[in-house]
Amino acid sequence: MTLIGWAQIALVLAAVVTAAIPLGRYIAAVAAGRVTFLAPLERAIFGLAGVEPARGQGWQGYTLAMLAANAAGFVVLYALLRFQGLLPFNPQGFGGLSPWLAFNTAVSFVTNTNWQAYSGEQAMSYLSQMAGLGVQNFLSAATGIALALAVSRAFAKGGVRDLGNFWADFVRVTLYVLLPLTILVGLAFVAMGMPQTLAAYAEATTLEGATQVIPLGPAALQIAIKHLGTNGGGFFGVNSAHPFEGPSALATALQIWSHQVIPFALALTFGAIVGDIRQGRALLLVMLGYVLVGTLAVYAAEAGGNPLHLALGVDPALGNMEGKEVRFGMALTALFTATTTGASCGAVNAMFDSFTPLGGLVPLFLIQLGEVLPGGTGSGLYGILVFALLAVFVAGLMVGRTPEYLGKKVQAREIKLAMLAVLVLPATILGFAAASLVLPVAVASIPAAGPHGLSEMLYAYTSAAGNNGSAFGGLTADTPWLNTTLGIAMLLGRFAYVVPVMAIAGSLAAKVKAAEGPGTFPTHGPLFAGLLAGVILILGGLQFMPALALGPLAEHFSMLAGKTF
Amino acid sequence: MVAMLRPAFAMVGSMTLLLGLLVPLAFTGFAQLVLPGPANGSLVEAGGKLVGSRLLGQQFTGMRYFHPRPSVTTEADPDQPGGTRAAPYNGAASAASQAGPTSAALLQGVTARVAEAGPAPVPADAVTASASGLDPHISPANAARQVARVAAARGLPEARVRALLAAHTEGPEWGIFGDPRVNVLELNLAMDALP
Repeated sequence: MTLIGWAQIALVLAAVVTAAIPLGRYIAAVAAGRVTFLAPLERAIFGLAGVEPARGQGWQGYTLAMLAANAAGFVVLYALLRFQGLLPFNPQGFGGLSPWLAFNTAVSFVTNTNWQAYSGEQAMSYLSQMAGLGVQNFLSAATGIALALAVSRAFAKGGVRDLGNFWADFVRVTLYVLLPLTILVGLAFVAMGMPQTLAAYAEATTLEGATQVIPLGPAALQIAIKHLGTNGGGFFGVNSAHPFEGPSALATALQIWSHQVIPFALALTFGAIVGDIRQGRALLLVMLGYVLVGTLAVYAAEAGGNPLHLALGVDPALGNMEGKEVRFGMALTALFTATTTGASCGAVNAMFDSFTPLGGLVPLFLIQLGEVLPGGTGSGLYGILVFALLAVFVAGLMVGRTPEYLGKKVQAREIKLAMLAVLVLPATILGFAAASLVLPVAVASIPAAGPHGLSEMLYAYTSAAGNNGSAFGGLTADTPWLNTTLGIAMLLGRFAYVVPVMAIAGSLAAKVKAAEGPGTFPTHGPLFAGLLAGVILILGGLQFMPALALGPLAEHFSMLAGKTF
Repeated sequence: MVAMLRPAFAMVGSMTLLLGLLVPLAFTGFAQLVLPGPANGSLVEAGGKLVGSRLLGQQFTGMRYFHPRPSVTTEADPDQPGGTRAAPYNGAASAASQAGPTSAALLQGVTARVAEAGPAPVPADAVTASASGLDPHISPANAARQVARVAAARGLPEARVRALLAAHTEGPEWGIFGDPRVNVLELNLAMDALP
């Protein structure tokens, strides 16, 4: 670890927070319908769809509209992927995907997971990338943000039924937040070296006379929304480690900024919507604290190098370079890793599978903590609000008072629903991973022997259920068993989680808002922030400890003992 | 739910038209107009022929050239249907080793590369495969160890090669982001351009 390394980390995070402050207020204005510069376009879309944006929806109506939009998105994307061979913008002549792979990929992009069991430059036509995957990058992000806005509104007022209109939020977030940012970041990405063309792959003759294929495509714009929407699905197979997808350290820094800025801004949007910005700031600080600790852990582990290799006479100066690119440097690689897994993004600029055991444990654990640090676009905010309710409940138990959050009484119904949501992740991850570690059809996908093989399988279901999308890439993921079960894990992680959360929102919105009194537990101070951080660690993380001990921790001690597999 | 299907499909359809076709096509046109170099892959020509991309590494094995990092990309094996064979720096199939830290195969590979690389300490980037299999850069320390070989193969004074290497060593961007590095293709092109 070096001083200039820490300066890079500090600079990028400072740029994130600085931009998140105005952006948070801006998103609140969009949510309130006060941003209208594309009003004609907005009206045309509402007219075509036959929806009345001013009509409020209760939690069931809002949730059903969200499910319908996502179901339609799935059907369109599945069809595009299956039939891409017959459709235009396919200069490489790629055929349609198999049903298993198309199912897995469509679910993956609709749920904002972007797990990829294919390699972009070897499988996807330009049409599938732009009109299929690219569109879902926008829409799944807009879905998450819309849900977060609905949940935020539940805390704003007392005794109301409606949480806003899903269609209005969905369209406005897309047009006024995601689209302008994507175009700006996309242009910067082109300038930094990412291709943006419809031409077929080029063929070069290298200086030594060999032929080298140069993959191309309309990449830059899609990579911009891939980060801004915390989607993470690479245009190219190796994601942001590809020289065309992460051409420079500056590009990787801008990518980190892009997949952090909206999740952090939404914490402040929450503060603006409930009329007390300090509430949002407390959430933001908890998120930021975890990002810093995660980055420190990855940076320390990877900069130290692999002791098995150092013993052979490898210079420790660069750290563990297997699966890493020279141009990024270890500091930005570590920050990218902690932010992409804390934020449910899943893009990678280095291969986690080749990280040291402890370096690889951090991304795994950050996902298992519930994807709330700062979490995906929208999903991070409603996720951390669930933990906030549990935190005030725990505080209430300690002092024997009915817990309240922002003046809303938190009662048995909300806590039961919150626990239901929080348990989706461990049940899905541990259940599927355990089954896949004994079923021969699944075990055949694991190439690595020893504890690392367990880590690979555990990571796959963690990533899918957490809607992250990154991988320990050694796993052979394109099989019917893994495509199907990972697809189910993604659906559970997204929808089985959000339905109880919306039910909580509906129930809280209807409650009267109690006035603040001398007995109110302040939820904007350091005491609450510390409590929240602890609840996330204990409720989110503890149940994974046995699995982590069998995987990364066992591997760490094997490595120190000089054992290979 | 059924009543929601019409708005849902109309919404997804209009968004696909807007975000999946109109915006990307207009954006592509604009990028081609104002930034044609990077938008087309930062291609490099020499003597009127396309020799590669400034951003993509390519394989060099000759004594006259600086060598890139190990690459584990593969290609389809014509002798074995469904199988693959090693094809370093295959631009059509980016790939990493995905080998874990306690992988015996990885340790074996690194051991063999260290043995080839000469006296310790060996720069880590010289004996490990990159994340993309297409890393265009090597570390300055890795490049410095190759100066004597390249100079001898070309019959040039080492100082001359070292000066060219220094001129092609890039520092952090904006003075802060990233590590010092050497673009292997650009350096080798400059070597070939020496009179």
